[in-house]
Amino acid sequence: MTVDGSWYLILAAVLFSIGAIGLLIRRNVLVMFMCVELMLNAVNLTFVTFARMLDDIGGQVVVFFVLVVAAAEVVVGLGIIVSIFRRRTGDQGTTADDLHLLKG
Amino acid sequence: MTAALLPLLAVATKVDLGVFLVCAAIVLTGAFGVVFLRNPVHSALSLVMTLFGVAVLFVAQEAHFLAAVQVIVYSGAIVVLFLFVIMLLGVDREEAVEVEGLKGQRPLAFGVGALMLLLVLLLARANDWATGQTGARGLASGPGENVEKLGRSIFTDFLLPFEVTAVLLVIAVVGAVVLARRPPQLRDEGDDQ
Repeated sequence: MTVDGSWYLILAAVLFSIGAIGLLIRRNVLVMFMCVELMLNAVNLTFVTFARMLDDIGGQVVVFFVLVVAAAEVVVGLGIIVSIFRRRTGDQGTTADDLHLLKG
Repeated sequence: MTAALLPLLAVATKVDLGVFLVCAAIVLTGAFGVVFLRNPVHSALSLVMTLFGVAVLFVAQEAHFLAAVQVIVYSGAIVVLFLFVIMLLGVDREEAVEVEGLKGQRPLAFGVGALMLLLVLLLARANDWATGQTGARGLASGPGENVEKLGRSIFTDFLLPFEVTAVLLVIAVVGAVVLARRPPQLRDEGDDQ
């Protein structure tokens, strides 16, 4: 309880920004997904820091739920990515542009 | 008594600061690795590095249960799932990072990211980082283990959300099975080959 909470919040904000920038500049769908995970982790770090600063267990409970939602999101997201890859014909690496292949 | 404890406290402060700085370096290095490494496998391994750094920061903030879950669920399950998909699909070839999909997208992305960071920090600073009622949902400090307090809160105050997450997980499992199932017309093509 010695390092000030604001340091953690600054670190989390920087981590979130790196994740957001990565999501915008990368075109590989898997790497974009990993950038979303980075952003989720930044938010988790913020919640844990708030839990400590406000001495409130509720912040940690929210992180617990975020973890569950992140796990569900990854499962469905990777399923979608697998189905994109299955429909793809070219030998180039799959990018976000290939999402149109899923159009019904 | 207090005077004897003071040097110990100073050492503890230095250790805490050192842990924070080392973990911050690990977290940021891993994050930059995820964004800038060209091979998706390397990105996934950098993600593990970031997740471990965040787990240590959780321990430093006395969220012991969440640190364990972070390592088990994120590093153990989610990243392995990523690596599994990378290996399954054979996409571990390097991306042509220098090709820009949209002209001027990259500088714009950096600008937007930096602006967002600046605004968030300004907003947080203007609001004194964290204000509000302390311990509204039960104290995080005090006697008792972290797991005990977390469990008590989840199974009393947050019981309904907890049940809803069970439904969410079932939906996710069903969705994953439906998505991963090979549709009939593709299956026929697969048989022809």
